[in-house]
Amino acid sequence: MSNSSGAIQSISGPTVSSDLKGLKLYERVYVGHAMLTGEVVRLERDKVVIQVYEDTRGLAVGEPVKGVGMPLTVRLGPGLLGGMFDGLQRPLERLREEMGPFITGGRELYALDYMKRWEFSPALKENDEVAGGTVLGTVNEGAFKHYIMSGPEETGTIDKVRGGSISLDEPLGEYKDHREIPGCHEWPVRIARPYRKKFAPAAPIVTGQRSIDFLFPLARGGTAIFPGGFGTGKTILEQSIAKFADVDIVVYVGCGERGNEMADMIAEFEELRDPWTKRPLRERTVLVVNTSNMPVAAREASIYTAVTMAEYYRDMGYHVLFLADSLSRWAEALREISASLEEMPGEEGYPTYLASRLSGFLERAGIVETLSGKIGSLSMILSVSPPGGDFTEPVTQACLRTMGSFLMLDTSLAHRRHYPAINWFQSYSLYGGEVAEYYRTKISPAWDELLKRSKQILQQEEALREVAEIVGAEGLQDADRLLMRTAERIRTDFLQQNSYSEDAFSPPEKTFSIMNSIIESHDLAAEKLKQGVSLEEAMKYGEK
Amino acid sequence: MRLSEHLYRTISTIAGPLLFVESVQEARVGEMVTVHTPDGRDMEAEVLEIDGQTTLIEVYGTTQGLDIERTTVSFTDAAKKVPLSPDIVGRIFNGSFEPKDGAPMFIPEKRMPITGAPINPAARARPADFIETGFTTIDGLNTLVRGQKLPIFSCAGLPSKEVVASILKNSRLADPAKKFIVVFAALGLTFHEYSFYMKTLEAMKTGYVAFVNMADEPVMERLLAPRFALTVAEYLAFEKGMDILVIITDMTNYCDALREISTAREELPGRRGYPGYMYSDLASLYERAGRIYGREGSVTMLPVVTMPEDDITHPIPDLTGYITEGQIVLSRELHQKGIFPPIDVLPSLSRLMQKGIGKGRTRADHRNVANHLYKYYAKGRDLRRLEAIVGRDGMTKADILMLDFADAFETGLVGQGMARRTVQESLDVGLELMKKFSLEVV
Repeated sequence: MSNSSGAIQSISGPTVSSDLKGLKLYERVYVGHAMLTGEVVRLERDKVVIQVYEDTRGLAVGEPVKGVGMPLTVRLGPGLLGGMFDGLQRPLERLREEMGPFITGGRELYALDYMKRWEFSPALKENDEVAGGTVLGTVNEGAFKHYIMSGPEETGTIDKVRGGSISLDEPLGEYKDHREIPGCHEWPVRIARPYRKKFAPAAPIVTGQRSIDFLFPLARGGTAIFPGGFGTGKTILEQSIAKFADVDIVVYVGCGERGNEMADMIAEFEELRDPWTKRPLRERTVLVVNTSNMPVAAREASIYTAVTMAEYYRDMGYHVLFLADSLSRWAEALREISASLEEMPGEEGYPTYLASRLSGFLERAGIVETLSGKIGSLSMILSVSPPGGDFTEPVTQACLRTMGSFLMLDTSLAHRRHYPAINWFQSYSLYGGEVAEYYRTKISPAWDELLKRSKQILQQEEALREVAEIVGAEGLQDADRLLMRTAERIRTDFLQQNSYSEDAFSPPEKTFSIMNSIIESHDLAAEKLKQGVSLEEAMKYGEK
Repeated sequence: MRLSEHLYRTISTIAGPLLFVESVQEARVGEMVTVHTPDGRDMEAEVLEIDGQTTLIEVYGTTQGLDIERTTVSFTDAAKKVPLSPDIVGRIFNGSFEPKDGAPMFIPEKRMPITGAPINPAARARPADFIETGFTTIDGLNTLVRGQKLPIFSCAGLPSKEVVASILKNSRLADPAKKFIVVFAALGLTFHEYSFYMKTLEAMKTGYVAFVNMADEPVMERLLAPRFALTVAEYLAFEKGMDILVIITDMTNYCDALREISTAREELPGRRGYPGYMYSDLASLYERAGRIYGREGSVTMLPVVTMPEDDITHPIPDLTGYITEGQIVLSRELHQKGIFPPIDVLPSLSRLMQKGIGKGRTRADHRNVANHLYKYYAKGRDLRRLEAIVGRDGMTKADILMLDFADAFETGLVGQGMARRTVQESLDVGLELMKKFSLEVV
């Protein structure tokens, strides 16, 4: 803990060094008269290097630097749902009310509204023991029951607890040793919140996207990436999943992306309803927004800020989906910071710890038994923007080693306006085996068989297409032409989905029945062909 | 705050545009500095980095003729600010914000920092108002809306300036009473291009502001001019309620200038030698487009990017495409066929199109017509590869029809020469084309 003050010695881009003593690595510091937020990234005997999360323009050597005594944390309590925060968890709505439409920096605002009143129903009484993560009681946060928990490291014996109307500004009660029981707590963003036990993913997340649910399923507690060049529909796909996925809570990070797109998404989330609960989507969503023109170091922190909030809701026993658009912008921020620290660069200038940072981050996903004994899950879907659409670049490659699903977005499909532009040959999901059981029992025992058939047809089409390029479509046999026709139907009627229409969300029953009818009519037409009916006629049979 | 101005004679190193000044008290990052040359000129410079009492400053303009003994430096205690006034409309400046049109400098009403500040995402209004450019390929298939940033990806030798000129001449807002004010930033322009653009701007009835950096003028100005232009645009849009169209040409010159300066600073190079922070740097320009909730005006941006080696995966178009809301791609093939504008609709995209079209905005069937045109044209284009292998005779009737459709699409719909089409006309051209080939539009 350090409350002493030091001075700025040098300034270079987002990094500042100071002579302040007694700091810890990753401790939060205030820099300059403007009180910019920074984080200690390197300690030397007589020098400390600080990464500043805000614009360093206007800083001068000799201005004060002050340690906070804590690492970068987020505040966790009721009132996060429906909110929109920047990479340091500052509430953007309130920032706008105080500063106007432009962000000029150097302002600390708490994420939680400490004045707002909540109706608290205690779950504990006198003499109850509190261990880390114990549920103290509940308040209603929109449609959700918000379990107020003790901090993961807090213990004590209850002396008294108050029920009824509370605000976060006042204690919920007292422990026997006269410590106050707070209604919210802080947690360092770079440390995963603890749980009792982790399980392997087994159930799917229904996204309403046929190509994902059917061909490359996502799992609760699993991880997925979709890399794609610009214009391949990454953002639209992420947002569609954020809208329709059958999870309780969605945490969405716009990491280094477009401001207009975020404005659009916010407006849309106000209007749209969750297809599962029929409540406004905004109520189940936490947005963290750090657009591409906001400071680069806060972009690096934003995914940690967001995932910590996601873990907090997971700890209440909810199924949480974490979406980030885009992970590449995070990696680039890491690279920029690394360069300004003059670290030795690895591949394409990225620091050599890129892969380990990334895998450490991705391991924060999973289905867990929480400290209070509930089952919650945190699933991650991350988009990647490979430079030049080249998938051999370091970020995509680093992800591949730890990812459960890989959904490759294809520029040539996007050019043909085939959306979602998921390439069905290169993509894969490692959860297919685990989640097939669910669809077999919930939807139809024929799910697996249908999946096998459809994949076969798409593969055969690819082979036939090569032949057709040489001999022409006319030169193919009737059975092959029928197959190509069926494959085309799979592509246009099944794999393509318009995010701006009714079809944007396809429940598994519908997904199954579309594919089933395509395959059935194919089989019927194939049967007729064998009986000697002409191709044109046979296809008509099939389509009836 | 300094009470007296101190003249430093402590330059220790001069390297390219960079000066190291020793024993400086209280310099600020981003502070403006004046460099007094031995021959009595004054030059502007900016504090880049500070290490103890050593201050690294970057000079705007050429450092030729500076020396270590006699050159002096004074610190101004202020960040780089842009003078602003409504009187700026109609003026032409160089890349250092000096009048280029012979008239005296205007009297500023206020000054704002050149870098601007990011718009709070919570304060942005979603772009939704249709802008009619007169080109079917844009209005019909890749609709532009107010507050959007939509770059034009061109190749060396393609008529990007004619496309831009035509958009300038023909653009109309949905509300006919409103007019665009054009803010034009020219970076590294040849005299030939300069005279062409000036003729276009002067022919426009509405106002314009131009910042012009010629091909033989200082490279540093190429980094400043677009920021002057955008600060002026933000001021006119968000404080004076005007609708601003910002044209920046050519962003490739901007990025090359960025690379040149970055190398002089001895920074670590990234892809193709461009600095690793180029994405953030480009974003700090492009993201200044937009609209603000509860305010009248808008900043719409049409930057021109010439793709080196015609390569869309080159870092400049690549990073641009990741930030902007789509792109309009010009094609060499179409140009060689004599089609104007040579816009290839397949790789072109407007991400905000959805919000600008449909009933009450353009026409109820807009989305549907556009989707079908795309589908059929993409199919026809695909079949051209097959045609190259098996020849026309080996193809089915249906395939040949699609091939003919693709040809007619290019000559009749894409190619419109200098004629202006309203969006209604554009959609009708598309519908008629599909009708002629008896293609169904569900």
